[in-house]
Amino acid sequence: MRVTKSFALASAGLLLATSLAFAQSTEIRVGAPLEPPALDPTAGAAEAIDVVVYQNVFEGLTRIDQTGAVQPGLASEWTVSEDGLTYRFTLNDGVTFHDGTAFDAEDVKFTFERILAEDSVNAQKALYEAISAVTVVDPLTVEFTLSRPDGLFLFNIGRGDAVIVAPESAANNATDPIGTGPFAFVQWDRGSRVILEQYGPYWGEKPALTKATYVFIGDTATMTNALLAGDVDGTYNFAAEALPVFDGNPQFKVLVGSTEGETILSTNNAKSPFDKLEVRQAMAHALNRQDIIDGATYGYGVPIGSHFAPHHPYYVDLTNTYPYDLDKARELLAEAGYPDGFSATLKLPPVNYARVSGQIIASEFAKVGIKLELINMEWAQWLEDVFANKDFDLTIISHVEPFDIGIYANPDYYFGYNNPEVQALNETLNATTDEAKRKELAQQMQTIIAQDAVNGFLFELAQTGVWNAKLEGMWQNAPVEGVVLRDVHWVE
Amino acid sequence: MSWRNMLKHPGLVIGLSATVLFAILALLSLIWTPYPIADISIARRFATPGPEHWLGTDQLGRDMLSLIMSGTLTSFTVGAMAVLIGAGIGVPLGLAAAIYGGPVEWVVLRFSDLAFAFPAVVIAILIATLMGPGASNAVIAIGIFNVPVFAQVARGGALAISTLDFVAAARLAGLSRPMIALRHLLPNIASLIIVQGTIQLSLGILAEAGLSYIGLGTQPPATSLGLMLRDAQSLFLIHPWLSLAPGLAIVVIVIALNIAGDGLRDALDPRLRNRGLANVAG
Repeated sequence: MRVTKSFALASAGLLLATSLAFAQSTEIRVGAPLEPPALDPTAGAAEAIDVVVYQNVFEGLTRIDQTGAVQPGLASEWTVSEDGLTYRFTLNDGVTFHDGTAFDAEDVKFTFERILAEDSVNAQKALYEAISAVTVVDPLTVEFTLSRPDGLFLFNIGRGDAVIVAPESAANNATDPIGTGPFAFVQWDRGSRVILEQYGPYWGEKPALTKATYVFIGDTATMTNALLAGDVDGTYNFAAEALPVFDGNPQFKVLVGSTEGETILSTNNAKSPFDKLEVRQAMAHALNRQDIIDGATYGYGVPIGSHFAPHHPYYVDLTNTYPYDLDKARELLAEAGYPDGFSATLKLPPVNYARVSGQIIASEFAKVGIKLELINMEWAQWLEDVFANKDFDLTIISHVEPFDIGIYANPDYYFGYNNPEVQALNETLNATTDEAKRKELAQQMQTIIAQDAVNGFLFELAQTGVWNAKLEGMWQNAPVEGVVLRDVHWVE
Repeated sequence: MSWRNMLKHPGLVIGLSATVLFAILALLSLIWTPYPIADISIARRFATPGPEHWLGTDQLGRDMLSLIMSGTLTSFTVGAMAVLIGAGIGVPLGLAAAIYGGPVEWVVLRFSDLAFAFPAVVIAILIATLMGPGASNAVIAIGIFNVPVFAQVARGGALAISTLDFVAAARLAGLSRPMIALRHLLPNIASLIIVQGTIQLSLGILAEAGLSYIGLGTQPPATSLGLMLRDAQSLFLIHPWLSLAPGLAIVVIVIALNIAGDGLRDALDPRLRNRGLANVAG
């Protein structure tokens, strides 16, 4: 009798174990190539911060969805005044921060005053400078007054840089982030991982996942092995050269999408000989865009002819402004007074697309007599020499900010392009809210920039995610920086 | 040493001829490679070995044979320069320690103890990090950890000889201590240093490959065997040949140099081997 009983117990246990094993998992481990330096998205420029916390731990008044459209976030609705200068937001009720404190209009006011403060360390402070006042109307209503109309205002307040933080916890967000999002921060094992857990009292629709771990794996070969071994369930942007490992493997799915990263051969327009239009045109003619895309992105990049994302509705195809033509390039160089070409340096930051594109471009330019010396740099050195001190001839970099054509209207920007016409157009564009008019202005800017061959326009970076085939709901495109886990779930 | 004598040491012959073969390939790359190594052509990348490209092409369509020839040259140059630095500083230090003794010897010994206490490659990484990546800094980094090795070998060899009669005779004849070291000690320890140089050359080539592999050595568009491994790393599962070719080249060169070094030691100074065996037996 005893034996039978224990046998029954054992089989019951076995049954339980089996059903547990077949139960749907609600946990995910996401591989990320870079570890964030801190976890406060309002106080740092690193994309790695947004990858972990944007829309997961922190939320803004508006929310960017995976098509790049603006959706209601912490604000359930808003009204805009006729002149486009006043925005009144109605906030969601019953929202709490992860430390239990309530969210209200005062937090919104605090957040934006912190962004606009003298000593603000916000990486995109300039985007919010049109805000002249934030007024608390009542605890669930807040009003923004702008000094000039801003066509991108609703998008910009939905970015990681403008997520709402609480005065009680903002100071510690770099190491202990407290937001209003569906996931609360649990722990950060430096050099290894960040763990998030579902926040029970979340105000909105609960995500399917209960736990998310971001595992930081810098090396492509290690990431490949981690994916194959099941140590991570997926990664949002995997090195294109190793993608064939997962292509056609039924256990994985490869998601190829777009990003906002215009990759350019950035040219120091303020420096001789690059201040000559013919020289820049010659370089544009000497760029074999298809080879660069195949070599550096394994064909996943999308060619661009100006500084604009190809999937954006305002995009105009200018890739044929200066087609690949070495004879034409030599001709233009001779016209500019360099019949035998010249020597220049090409400073390369430590990212694969830059290092590989650099070698291909150097090989192409050598054919028309432009001898490039490749200088490999670390990030800190690149940021200081090239970006801050403008001490460079040429460099290769991806500008990942959405809708960032405005940088061409800033003569103090590192590539030193100074064209009053573009500056005037940009001012009009910023102050215009009418869609059709904005589109026209943006296309005019794209065209002038392409014709001026300000920089060598190479390609739009692709996002190539590799995920477990049973995962659904990941963002295929990256209209803003971030890996949003809200809709991610396992299916059988 | 006669040719006949040399043939008694097959290791020496095999090691030396493999080394010389690679050295010739490396030197040839100075004046000729099948294709220029800066010649990038995406259209012909990942070609498998065949009549047009004997070792195939890499991820940028560069000829692998040309790359390996040029990479071997970098490896040999870095290794050899590092040996020259190590021997150039280490041997005089070791000799000075042997002939002066006292505080000089104490300083040299403590310095080499200190250097030995740190793993050599870690020092090299530290130096390359501080001074920035690049082939010339790799030479200095690897050269510095060669110094104590040569100092100890020179001191040990010189001490063993300095008690012999002909050294005493030279001293009686009134030769100064530096002159004794130069005239009598150095020629007699030359074989030791050559043998050690061969071993250090192979270690230097390995160290250069290691530094380049982690991105602190040779920088593109120049190439080295370690850099080729680094570039091919993420492609290993798809195009294993790109890692195997430079990897095998490193293995063969290092083994060849080690066999040659062993053979050279036996051939140049049979007493060393006998003494070594006697020590083992005793």
